Amino acid sequence: MKTVKFGVVVFPGTNCDRDTSWVIQSVCKSEVRYVWHTETDISDLDVVILAGGFSYGDYLRSGAIAHYSPVMKAVKEHADRGKLVLGICNGFQILVESHLLKGAFLHNKTQHFLCQKQYLKVATTDSPFTMKYARDEVIQIPIAHGEGNYYLPQADLDEALTYDLIAFQYCDKQGVVNEETNPNGSTASIAGILNRQKNVLGMMPHPERSSEVEMGSTDGKKIFEGILQWIQSV
Amino acid sequence: MDREAAIKRSNLSEAELQLIEKYLGRSPTVEEIGMFGALWSEHCGYKNTKPLIKKLPTKGKHLLQGPGENAGVIKVGEYAVAFKIESHNHPSAVEPYQGAATGVGGILRDVFAMGARPIAVLDSLRFGKVDSPRTRYLASGVIKGISDYGNRVGIPTVGGEVVFEDSYEENPLVNVMCVGIAKPEHIIKAVAKGEGNLLFYYGSKTGRDGLGGATFASAELSSEGEDQRPSVQVGDAFTEKLILEATLELIEKNLVIGIQDMGAAGLTSSSVEMAARGKSGIEIDIDKVPARASNMTAYEFLLSESQERMLACIEPSKLPEVEKIMQKWELDYAVIGKVTSTERVVVYEKGKVVADIPIRYLVDDVPTYIREVKKPSYLDEVRSLPSLHLPHDMTPLLKDLLKHPSIASKRWVYKRYDHMVQTNLLAEPMEAGGAMLRLKGTTIGLAMSTDGNGRYTYLDPYVGGMQAVAEATRNISCMGAEPYGITNCLNFGNPEKSHVYYQIAKAMEGMGKACEVLEVPVTGGNASLYNETDGEAILPTLIVGVVGAIEDYKKAVFSPFKAPGHTIYLLGKPREGLGGSMALKLLTGKIAGECPFLDIEEEKRLQKCIRELIAKELVISCQDVSDGGLAVALSECALMGGVGVRVETEGDISPEAFFFGESQSRLVISTLPQYEDTIKNICEHYDIPLTRLGTTTSDNTIHLTYGKRTISLSVQEARELYMTEYL
Repeated sequence: MKTVKFGVVVFPGTNCDRDTSWVIQSVCKSEVRYVWHTETDISDLDVVILAGGFSYGDYLRSGAIAHYSPVMKAVKEHADRGKLVLGICNGFQILVESHLLKGAFLHNKTQHFLCQKQYLKVATTDSPFTMKYARDEVIQIPIAHGEGNYYLPQADLDEALTYDLIAFQYCDKQGVVNEETNPNGSTASIAGILNRQKNVLGMMPHPERSSEVEMGSTDGKKIFEGILQWIQSV
Repeated sequence: MDREAAIKRSNLSEAELQLIEKYLGRSPTVEEIGMFGALWSEHCGYKNTKPLIKKLPTKGKHLLQGPGENAGVIKVGEYAVAFKIESHNHPSAVEPYQGAATGVGGILRDVFAMGARPIAVLDSLRFGKVDSPRTRYLASGVIKGISDYGNRVGIPTVGGEVVFEDSYEENPLVNVMCVGIAKPEHIIKAVAKGEGNLLFYYGSKTGRDGLGGATFASAELSSEGEDQRPSVQVGDAFTEKLILEATLELIEKNLVIGIQDMGAAGLTSSSVEMAARGKSGIEIDIDKVPARASNMTAYEFLLSESQERMLACIEPSKLPEVEKIMQKWELDYAVIGKVTSTERVVVYEKGKVVADIPIRYLVDDVPTYIREVKKPSYLDEVRSLPSLHLPHDMTPLLKDLLKHPSIASKRWVYKRYDHMVQTNLLAEPMEAGGAMLRLKGTTIGLAMSTDGNGRYTYLDPYVGGMQAVAEATRNISCMGAEPYGITNCLNFGNPEKSHVYYQIAKAMEGMGKACEVLEVPVTGGNASLYNETDGEAILPTLIVGVVGAIEDYKKAVFSPFKAPGHTIYLLGKPREGLGGSMALKLLTGKIAGECPFLDIEEEKRLQKCIRELIAKELVISCQDVSDGGLAVALSECALMGGVGVRVETEGDISPEAFFFGESQSRLVISTLPQYEDTIKNICEHYDIPLTRLGTTTSDNTIHLTYGKRTISLSVQEARELYMTEYL
């Protein structure tokens, strides 16, 4: 079987790099290395993960400075070649700032940072990241962010709906998606979204925090398993 | 800075100034006055508490490093665990956001300066009147400060306390504990030694912020406290994250001899204390210090408390490699001096000596004040219980307790903290009295908690001191973990007042006694005195932080009831009295009566007993009885688990004491009916009374009957009350 090599990008201020590589290495038994933000050659990698944290402190708009890091040019080229990119939390914000994904981020509707267990509805299974789930399946993956209110203009939302690009939506235990079950005010309760080619996923919830029994949920693990299965079957 | 102003800022007394002149054989320079003022402050020099600290037990089988370093260290499995608690009370009173944020920053640096990676933060917070605008202002600022700082650095805030009592109205308490882990060989000390070695400064540049913080923190506030804002430091969590990673890299690559953070009293305390530990001297070239503002004077450089700055002692040959790491993390750095063999600290400004002091005068010869321990008269006055009119139906009282912000769920607080980052926390913060974290790659669970009770310590300082240790350790024993060591934070009023000094002395004596009996050493601590405004002191508040471990975290248990049909027991003896309880406070507005009963030997047996029951996997859930008494404890287990509870029992104490009394050394457990005999035997072995209270049910009701009295409400209603969000 093909060995799959993951890279976890570390910007100054990234703080979920260790958690993410722990899951890849110890839970998924795959190869992973850290990618320092000044690196320009990442051609050895099959999958790039932009992990969570506060790149450059995120005192400005989240992800706004990180997107100027040298590594981001390499990440774009990686994505252009059809290879996989996963942005988690701050990584999602950086992908948006880098225009690898559409939309923008605002402060949570409560104006407070929010860290909690979160139910999500799987909106599409048509992607390497979500292929291991069932459509409309309700899963639990925690969130932890202050600027997670994802805004998508109507035209882009229409496109996302037309091409089935919405990966996850916030919901309650029963799978109800509405304003009440939307923790941060995101457009259409979007918790995760794909690019047109479906090789780039940005998501606010943290799958690396729900990949082991000890963490109270293993629902996030299927994202990493999907990635592995997809690459190995190509 | 002119001489008069320097003397005023130093808070040194006339007698202390004369002593300094005698030591030096000349009158001190302005810079020297500042340095003595900082190092002889209570915050750095412990001049009021040193004689009391010396009496604390500091030896234990798990101990790697006792008091005197940046943090204490215990051995857990193959790991060294460093931990310490510190206060940031005064800054938080005048500028809650920055005060609390920099409180987190400071304690993180103490832990990673030892070579340990911080894995958890716990904070014990005290605020004033529940309904006052000032409390809302302080609470929201403090919580946002902790949240913004801790979240950015990526250290989970996993536990702590939030308590509201009138006496903290002007003087809130912000005590932060940090726990970090390292390989034992990577633990280093805050020492400067080896003649010719370099003093290496890295982190943020030095500005004028926080000037004189240590002396400010060692004086009473006045109602004109707003003017003292310039004494509060400003934090930058991003730089903290960078110096954290850079520091651990320096230590891992064996490039440093010692490191200390520039905390209280900044460059002065870090350099002098490092030299003192190494029995060395140091020379500092003040013009080399990276400056944030222009035209800063030596006095300002020496006493600035600008945040996120570290001082390391390195060998000259290691400098190029050290610089490379600084450049990687984009940090400012400079060599600012060197180690000498003179045992003096000499400071140069533009080639001229501005300070030259034998180090022992600053560190070892701090004047200490041993005061008379005289029992204050208030202690007898508060012992009589105010008259009580207890209603026949006590259900409304339980409801009031469940929604009181001191008792109700703190989810509204911890959901603003990233409590999950680092993926080690094994139960949500409200699901246990303490926090349990896994040590990745091992089966070990690391348990921790911070506790203290100002009401109890006010009523009986000695018992209150013991109780803080008892409750903190009980909280981790309840999860199945054995306590390995404690740290403490003394939050009191002005020690120059007789009744306050009595409170301090007796509370510390009680803490020492409890540590001795429970066999947990004190690994370090911090004193925050002068928590008074316009002469009014806070409740004496001794906060104890504990760390311990369980060999297999899969055996750990938490508070929520798990399923219907389980048997519920009370371990420990119910005792008469409502003294010092939350119920009494709610009913009468008073803190009065006898301090809740505590026999520390009985506590020790109880904790051994519950750890054995959990190790033998006989317990499904466990919760200790604390604020609000048994009725609150049972309700919490039920509402968190979403399981009903039916208690039917009787006894010879009053129903109010049974439901709401706060006598210590009691636990509620749930278990399977077939374990009854085994549990009985083990409790008998430890001489711990066991009472069968009832069972968990599927009828979604909390139904508690004691004799002829019944409290009844739905689990749903209890949950809604308990989840009341203060902010």
